[in-house]
Amino acid sequence: MKPDSLHKLRSWFVGFPLLWPVVGLVALLAFNVIYHPGFIALEVRDGHLYGTPVDLLNQGAKAILLAIGMTLVIASGGIDLSVGSVMAIAGALGAMLAKRADMPLVAVIVLPLFLAAAAGLWNGLLVARAGIQPIIATLVLMTAGRGLAMLLTGGQNPAFERPGFIFLGNGHLLGLPFAIYVVAAALAVSGLLLRRTALGLFLESTGDNERASRAAGVDARLVKTAVYVVSGVCAGLAGLVATSNIKQADPIRLGEMMELDAIFAVVVGGTALTGGRFTLAGSVVGALLIQTLTQTMFYLGVPPPIAPVPKAIIVLAVCLLQSARFREDVVRRLGRPLRR
Amino acid sequence: MSRLSFAATAAVLVLLFGTASVLYPGFFSARVVANLFGDNAALGVAAVGMTFVILSGGIDLSIGAVLAFTSTFVAAMIERHGVPPLAAVALGLAIGAGFGAFMGALIHRYELPPFLVTLAGMFFARGMAFVMSLESLGISHPFYRKAATFGIPLTDRATLNAPALIFLAVFAAGAIALHAARFGRDVYAVGGHEPSARLLGVAVGRVKIAVYALSGACAALAGVVATLRMGSGNPAQGTGFELDAIACVVMGGTLLTGGVGSLPGTLTGVLIFGTIQIALVFDGRLNSWWARIVVGALLLIFIVFQKLLARAARRRA
Repeated sequence: MKPDSLHKLRSWFVGFPLLWPVVGLVALLAFNVIYHPGFIALEVRDGHLYGTPVDLLNQGAKAILLAIGMTLVIASGGIDLSVGSVMAIAGALGAMLAKRADMPLVAVIVLPLFLAAAAGLWNGLLVARAGIQPIIATLVLMTAGRGLAMLLTGGQNPAFERPGFIFLGNGHLLGLPFAIYVVAAALAVSGLLLRRTALGLFLESTGDNERASRAAGVDARLVKTAVYVVSGVCAGLAGLVATSNIKQADPIRLGEMMELDAIFAVVVGGTALTGGRFTLAGSVVGALLIQTLTQTMFYLGVPPPIAPVPKAIIVLAVCLLQSARFREDVVRRLGRPLRR
Repeated sequence: MSRLSFAATAAVLVLLFGTASVLYPGFFSARVVANLFGDNAALGVAAVGMTFVILSGGIDLSIGAVLAFTSTFVAAMIERHGVPPLAAVALGLAIGAGFGAFMGALIHRYELPPFLVTLAGMFFARGMAFVMSLESLGISHPFYRKAATFGIPLTDRATLNAPALIFLAVFAAGAIALHAARFGRDVYAVGGHEPSARLLGVAVGRVKIAVYALSGACAALAGVVATLRMGSGNPAQGTGFELDAIACVVMGGTLLTGGVGSLPGTLTGVLIFGTIQIALVFDGRLNSWWARIVVGALLLIFIVFQKLLARAARRRA
């Protein structure tokens, strides 16, 4: 190959930001298929599609929903540690409302989302108006949130039997789990708003340089407040799906450690924690990558509590690969024997 | 400014303790005070390490997982591998310090965000705790039993137990290192303004690695304290522990931006946290989840208060 075309090929690779996340996901899937050929088997039972790939999308729905909101927050230069607690709050309210027969289904779904939006607004105001660091501002709700969720349910884990609400996390539509449609809709809406309007541009400029974008007429405060509201709604939706999955409220365990999965998905997907440029598609791939990793551990017979170890190693490796200094170090170390 | 902040924290502690003493008969006693130290020893020890990290401008989210790992590691070494208790504890502390130093080195050398590296460290240490044992492991070694029941009697009903003594010793050592030694001045300098500290000749890298190593060692010691208190090592314990420790440090007047704060403040923060917990037990009507809500609310109040103080100071300047 001529050096010129080689260069072109290389720049295409480098210019494709999703390359590494996709390579990672494909490699992990390939490993699974080799190790366990039944991994990609799909079958139709009672008109519904079953199989591991469907499971990955269905189980990954919550992580993808959280990752959408987290991507926007991180793009604005912030972080949202409260998403797990907000999931618990929304799930708790949803379960309490679902227990009341006189409550219309719309209210059972919409009221918890409003509460989650309010929680996000609270975070947003602390960050954008009060000027508190995002880690700390959202830490407050992360600490107090589960207590509030317990308050909503009176410290119980009430079960409910509301067909409409249970459908959200367990039902099927056109052969596929309903949760997949929820995720697709959330992705379509956020993708259209961010890439077909100027909102995405405002967000990237705010995260990149808040002062400059304010000087250019972008209401940076409004943008920063809004991303936390979106993150709250996404977390609320994920909380409703998770609550529907288990058919009861669980203020303590629901969404536990999910904030880490969400941050992991965004970082692995290629959005830098310093804010600015973001990729929603990358975050979706990142979320699927974690879900596949979790599933792989399950197939390998690794006890679930040990599964965080490989997650930690991968997220650290990804961050190191993004660090310019680390790449320099590696190149120097690899280059040394050649020079000798 | 930091003095005013500390005064506010101390006032809150006195107010809380005073209110509880009036409301609940038997609250105002040497026994409650001794329990305050004993019950919160693990939190206090870890909060001392966390204070150094936050003062240097960083954060350590891995301490709860390191606590769980060390407690399980020590229990497994003693019970399964017949390692002498003191050697097992020393090994556990060394691993904690080494783990912290490794995270510090990554943070410094590759300029990675501290919260991300220690978040990964949290995942890793939590998983490794379960690698040591999937369930809680009891420690039946006679020496360990004896150490757990050791205590210095204050009155006939109040005893400073071994965890409380460890807490006080760690606090004293930390206070000397931070407020009376060169290391402490270096930590403040790095947290205050890193480029200036470097120009002044502070070995910034060494300081940053040292604070994370210290925090790792403190978290490991907190794990040892937990085994003393419970007589077992449990890989599932300590979730949310890092938040409690950060809350104590912040309530104590240490700014999360680094460079401002003190260890006596952190001690006061830990005692506020403990007083709320004991008061809820004395009350009996309020459930334990109220503790989380109250701590969250106090955290917010202190952060806003500090923000206002900083704004006032800037206006004067």
